[in-house]
Amino acid sequence: MKKDFPIFKNKINGKKLIYLDSAATSQKPQVVIDAILEFYKTYNANVKRGLYPIAEKATEKIGKVRQEVAKFINAINPEEIIFVRNTTEAINLVAYLVSHNIKREEGIITSTMEHHSNFVPWQQLALKKNADFLVLDIDENGFLDLDSGIKNYELRIKSAKIFAVAHVSNVLGTINPIKDIIKKVKEINPNILVLVDAAQSVPHLKVDVQDLGCDFLAFSGHKMMAGTGIGVLYGKKHLLNNMQPFMFGGEMIREVNIENTTFADLPHKYEAGTPDIAGIVSLGAAIEYLNSTGIENIQKHDNRLIKYALQKMEKIEGINIYGPRDLDRRSGVISFNINGVHPHDIAQVLGNMGICIRAGHHCAMPLHKRLGIPASARASFYLYNDEEDVDYLIKGIKEVKNIFSLI
Amino acid sequence: MDNLYIEEILEHYREPLNFGKLDKFDTSSRQLNPFCGDDMEIFVRFKNNAVEDIGFVGKGCAISIASASILTDYVKGKTKGELTKFSEKDMLSLLGIEVSETRKKCALLALAVLKDCF
Ligand SMILES: Cc1ncc(COP(=O)(O)O)c(C=O)c1O
Repeated sequence: MKKDFPIFKNKINGKKLIYLDSAATSQKPQVVIDAILEFYKTYNANVKRGLYPIAEKATEKIGKVRQEVAKFINAINPEEIIFVRNTTEAINLVAYLVSHNIKREEGIITSTMEHHSNFVPWQQLALKKNADFLVLDIDENGFLDLDSGIKNYELRIKSAKIFAVAHVSNVLGTINPIKDIIKKVKEINPNILVLVDAAQSVPHLKVDVQDLGCDFLAFSGHKMMAGTGIGVLYGKKHLLNNMQPFMFGGEMIREVNIENTTFADLPHKYEAGTPDIAGIVSLGAAIEYLNSTGIENIQKHDNRLIKYALQKMEKIEGINIYGPRDLDRRSGVISFNINGVHPHDIAQVLGNMGICIRAGHHCAMPLHKRLGIPASARASFYLYNDEEDVDYLIKGIKEVKNIFSLI
Repeated sequence: MDNLYIEEILEHYREPLNFGKLDKFDTSSRQLNPFCGDDMEIFVRFKNNAVEDIGFVGKGCAISIASASILTDYVKGKTKGELTKFSEKDMLSLLGIEVSETRKKCALLALAVLKDCF
């Protein structure tokens, strides 16, 4: 698989690249890079406005990718796919839309396991609207603890406007049983809107928005082998139709008069200005690549690697590993600490060996506080990783212990 | 970069000098480095306008703890005037290792806390 990704052909500072940070961003296969090049080389034009062949080709391409994205997450209608910059922008867009029709007494619910992107927008909205802000806890295995939440806060769930929750945790790797969670929450409050942060799930497992029953779903192209700068917001058509646009300007209007403006239909209503055309093209190529590999195969592959890695890591003395032990409900993320060594020192020693992992709070400070640690080191896997990468990781961890005289 | 973890730095990390709170101090300051989750507090006692004793407590990576150890040892006996002039560049050369842009925050945390003390 590595052969499809040109970055692995080069040595970095004379060392082989061992890339274990795909939860932050993924590497790009040649076919994605080629698609971007082909766009700029052969049909670069602004979309929708032009009546000449390359503009028509670019416009058609965007429509096609929108259909492919819709199919990929099983949305009913391509108009439900809004192109944005990334997950963060998608979530902020929903927070903005909700801010217009949230009533007094209506609360906002999220959880301690969220990435800051799915936490701070809601916290800030709650502060601005003086709305009830309920943060659901996790259980000791790292799953969203909905049952305690329902037991303790049923009334607050009943009166909430929106529930924003991660499908897969970027720190713990937890795969939340999101379909079941949505069902339970909607049984208590049929009117609640549910937004799923799918930044870590869409690249790694089959996501079907109709099956999940979510109202909104957000993800980033760059974590699924597309370029940086393209992300997706899925929203149910009737909801998006009934909300007010966020940005005004070109491409999103039907008619502009001196006194007033009527807005374009979905999805353009929410896509003001020139889009990231090259980004959309790259997303199309990435989805094609994902489809040809098979998302189920990627999930199996991730799972095999974490099993292999965890089995070896658990044997290392002085290591603390976070997240679910039920490995079938865990995605390709392993966060850990080594007693007596700061995660930044772990990442730096590994970095000097050409092994790329991440250290810090991974944009999840509430979760780290909940775990009672200031930071952690994180290795994450994707389809181009293999057992040899894991062996390097283990070697690196042993070297850390060696340098810090912990053996 | 490969010799960030030279023995001298590691020794300062394992057994930092001046680690601990002073019983009697004139001033103290505490700062967090949200990037790493480092947390450092420094206590200073002056005599005749010079540092008579200094101590620090905190949690952090090897670079930030070693910097605090080396810095607190260096400033003993120095006057407030000398400390005001002591720059970030001076701190990095005192540390004696080449730190990358991202780790500079760690290397300079102790100095920032110390400067905040007066
Ligand atoms: C769970 C989760 N949500 C949101 C984000 C934010 O993604 P982006 O930076 O692409 O907006 C990330 C990325 O790190 C993530 O892992």
